[in-house]
Amino acid sequence: MESTPNPRVLVIMPAWNESEAVGNTVREVLNTDSRYDVLVVNDGSTDNTAAVAAEAGATVLNLPFNLGVGGAMRAGFKYARRCGYRQVIQVDSDGQHDPRSIDEVLAGLAHADISIGARFADRGDYKVTGPRKWAMQLLAKVISGLAKTRLTDVTSGFRAANVRAVDQYLDHYPAEYLGDTIDSLVVAIRSGCTVTQVPVEMRARQGGKPSHNPAKAAIYLGRSVFALLFALTRKRSHLAVPAPQASGA
Amino acid sequence: MGNIAAFLLALAIVGLVVEMLRRKKLREKYAALWLIVGVATLVLAAFPRLLNIVAEFVGVQLPSNLLFAMSILMLLGVCLHLSWEISVVEDETRTLAEEVAILRVQVEALSTAASTDSQVPSDSLATTPDTAGPHAAKPDTQHKGSD
Repeated sequence: MESTPNPRVLVIMPAWNESEAVGNTVREVLNTDSRYDVLVVNDGSTDNTAAVAAEAGATVLNLPFNLGVGGAMRAGFKYARRCGYRQVIQVDSDGQHDPRSIDEVLAGLAHADISIGARFADRGDYKVTGPRKWAMQLLAKVISGLAKTRLTDVTSGFRAANVRAVDQYLDHYPAEYLGDTIDSLVVAIRSGCTVTQVPVEMRARQGGKPSHNPAKAAIYLGRSVFALLFALTRKRSHLAVPAPQASGA
Repeated sequence: MGNIAAFLLALAIVGLVVEMLRRKKLREKYAALWLIVGVATLVLAAFPRLLNIVAEFVGVQLPSNLLFAMSILMLLGVCLHLSWEISVVEDETRTLAEEVAILRVQVEALSTAASTDSQVPSDSLATTPDTAGPHAAKPDTQHKGSD
């Protein structure tokens, strides 16, 4: 059962009480390309997210309690490795990420281990202001320096990974706040994974509104700096999968 | 008088820890620390002069302050140890949750595959092969109860 190569792509969607949006998102992704398998990780939802997702045609991984995005994603990566998927991509269940961009983000895996669908890179009209913007710029700058490539949106949840990156993620993918984005990315880079970014457009969320509270944004800045500093001092992982010759260090 | 009270208290603590250990309510790794504390209190209660001697030796003017400082340090250590232990336990719980979720998906996939295939094998083992025909016509009624 363990890692028989699988030519299909696993689309992982962490979902927590997303019954309104998840059905449509799953159907949309499945209709985009026949290579895609959708795995909805039901992160201890109290509504009928699991039933809606299963009805829409997704495989549903039911976590017995809420673990957070990082916890849900690691469960998804584990499933991907058991089933032998070569390519994995994380997509939001609220319909924020355009399923037609999945293929573009996956194309980035041709020359890197991790491919990020970036929200600011000259496409679309996604904008943030104030401390949240400074935080994102600071993070982007530091992580670009580490990855030796220009990254503009390191907190994007639209991220694809190959076998090498999944292996790395399984070694280190914290369930804490920002652990699923900054921490995992920084440690992956320091462990030798290569990163690239693909500009994508974001759509309006189907449910809920992004917050513009300056106090919350300031807390976000503090926490992201905290997460970054920790990630920079963490132990590297030893990857079992060797680097491909094209991107060899 | 005060010394006797302290001695009895220390004795009670040591007795409680030993009893909890005996009943397996406490793991050794946590009990060791409490046993050391209990025994130290016992010794101090039995020989109160010891505290004055130690305080004088390390240069603390008021012997009781030495006692308080040591207690605070120890409690801090215990709290930190417990936080560490609970982090380990949370991590283990997380791994188990992932494992359970993946296994459940695989079991459900297996059972739907089995019920769409046919139910001939499990039935024919119990009875004679030629009764498998009517049994196979029955849909997956036995498998529905597994949820």
